[in-house]
Amino acid sequence: MGLFVLVLLCLYRGVFGPGVLNRIAAISAIGTKTLIILLLMGFIYHRVEMFVDISMVYALLNFIGTVTVAKYLEMSGEI
Amino acid sequence: MNIMQAFSILFLLGAFFFFLAATVGLLRFPDFYTRLHATGKGDTLAVLLALIGLSIYEGFSFTSLKIVFIAVFMFLAQPTSTHAISRAAMRCGLEPWVKNKEKKNDSAL
Repeated sequence: MGLFVLVLLCLYRGVFGPGVLNRIAAISAIGTKTLIILLLMGFIYHRVEMFVDISMVYALLNFIGTVTVAKYLEMSGEI
Repeated sequence: MNIMQAFSILFLLGAFFFFLAATVGLLRFPDFYTRLHATGKGDTLAVLLALIGLSIYEGFSFTSLKIVFIAVFMFLAQPTSTHAISRAAMRCGLEPWVKNKEKKNDSAL
């Protein structure tokens, strides 16, 4: 339950944060918290073997999305 | 409650503490680099602790092996993405935050 509160607090930085880079950092932090929340939901519903695959894909997508946006910003050369 | 569940709850509480510290750092620090410093290290350690705790709670099985694989992957991927974002910010010309602007100019002269 506390992790949901932390996700909302990170979403504040994601919405109001000045500039694109703060938003990317906040979205990455939200993604890692979502991974843990998915695994905890799997343990609550007693179906861990399904939720563990979903959270693995979520970790991969979070990493790839962050690196892609960082590369795009680096090539475009403006914030 | 046996001793394995106690260990797993201990790991999860530690993970929650580090998530809390990373979120407070993300909200309260004055600059982009300092915010990235807080989330990059705090979230990595918190994810590692939480995944170890959950795999202890699961016991020895194929699912627990997958959770350990996610932990190893996050331990590699999180510093990489943090480094990519901070390098993009540095190449874009974002100045790091200093405590006192005049003092910095004096030392430069």
